[in-house]
Amino acid sequence: MIEISGAGQVFGSVGNGGVRALDGIDLTIRDREIVTLVGPSGCGKSTLLRLVSGLVPPTEGSIAINGERVSAPRQDTGIVFQAPTLLPWATIMENVMFPSTIMGRADDTARRRAKDLLAVAGIADFADHRPRQLSGGMQQRAAICRALVHDPDILLMDEPFGALDALTREIMTIELLRIWANAPKTIIFVTHSIPEAVILADRVVVMSPRPGRIAEIIDVDLPRPRDFAMSGHPEFQRCAGRIRELIFGEQGTHFDVEH
Amino acid sequence: MSNTKTLRLLGASREFLIPLVALVVLMAIWEVTVRVFAIPEYLLPAPSRIFQDTAAMGPALGEHTLATLRTVLFGFLLSIAVSFPLAVLISSSRLAADAIYPLLVLTQSVPKVAIAPILVVVLGPNELPRVIVTFLVAFFPLVISMTTGLLAVPPELVELARSCRASKLQELLRVRLPYSIPFVFSGLKSAIALSVVGAVVGEFVAAERGLGYLITSATAFFKVPVAFGAMLILALLGIVLFQLIVVAERVFFPWAAAEQRR
Repeated sequence: MIEISGAGQVFGSVGNGGVRALDGIDLTIRDREIVTLVGPSGCGKSTLLRLVSGLVPPTEGSIAINGERVSAPRQDTGIVFQAPTLLPWATIMENVMFPSTIMGRADDTARRRAKDLLAVAGIADFADHRPRQLSGGMQQRAAICRALVHDPDILLMDEPFGALDALTREIMTIELLRIWANAPKTIIFVTHSIPEAVILADRVVVMSPRPGRIAEIIDVDLPRPRDFAMSGHPEFQRCAGRIRELIFGEQGTHFDVEH
Repeated sequence: MSNTKTLRLLGASREFLIPLVALVVLMAIWEVTVRVFAIPEYLLPAPSRIFQDTAAMGPALGEHTLATLRTVLFGFLLSIAVSFPLAVLISSSRLAADAIYPLLVLTQSVPKVAIAPILVVVLGPNELPRVIVTFLVAFFPLVISMTTGLLAVPPELVELARSCRASKLQELLRVRLPYSIPFVFSGLKSAIALSVVGAVVGEFVAAERGLGYLITSATAFFKVPVAFGAMLILALLGIVLFQLIVVAERVFFPWAAAEQRR
């Protein structure tokens, strides 16, 4: 369970050119729940993810995972960034093994797990290739395998499909759901795509900017397994419509701003 | 043999053939000019004369070349040994960077030719002052490019390492150092070329062997063809050493070589 209580983040010092990125965030995330964070740029959704990851300590409030206060990156979290951030000199296999190597647990179990993950992601044939030989989508698959290799309970994803083309993006979203169905984990997923946020989530956390606050939390009551054919479903429409209202205001529902 | 293969062979041979032909033509013009205008040998010796007089030196020539090569390599290795920890220090803390940079610039502002005679007095007339001069000439670009490489690591890669709970040392060894390899190699290429320059400067000031010494002693006796010969051997030495580094990069770090060609 992840408990975020009264978390705030100020970059610089307030009243002295400092920027308040997050303000009074209260959020509790259950085990094996998928929560998506959605909102316009500057709403602090990526900052919130970094606070949970332990990469950045909150300037106010606290984050706790299973009752332990988060003060540094933890072994039970895995993170996927917007860019694949693969090491250009290492093979895909070595890249996927990177967290295990750093944590001093690059044993046969980890290697077998890495192989299985590559197979699930459909890039097993590329294990000995260098990142540059793979397409953007394949690189991001490798990055997801890397985040999962040490079998974390929590997967933090910061707009992981943001740099991919629209088609690849839909495929990757469905594949992520498939991977999750096989081995459920707690997932916090940052996105600025409303359909993506709804299709993935048990709950969508809609955020508003300057300072970053939670505007509303929306329960998505769609059956699983899910796919994008569900975007015609009334529940999908209700959720997506409500998110649009929150982000763009009442008139925003008439514009088809982003998919 | 397929057509494309023939074409590729032609292309490769052209790469070597054209410069070679150009060189031969230049040599021919040089030879003819010297003979036709009867230019005295102490002003401009003909290529044939350079080759003849230099070859006449026999095994002594090999000794001079080896002596210079030794100085070059020692100076080059010393440059690497000093540059590496310096670059790590500079890139790891603002304080260290502020302390070290001015000193580095100072060592580069003093003309190395001016330091050489002082070093000979201080360190004695042996190999050491020559190696130190070589090092002083060669190490600066190496420190700079190594530091640039260590600092050029994208912040996301550092964040990735930190999210995997990497220690500072792991971050250096597993992310920063490998990332800086293409930068290091461009520094090594400048350093090896400069090492040859440094070694010759050192030999000009104090030496009893070496190609630099050969040039000063030969010109003192107006044996200009030998001086020219020594100069050409130095050029050849520089080219071979430089190419060795290029080859080492392609063999050991093919991804780094690809990165640079991009």
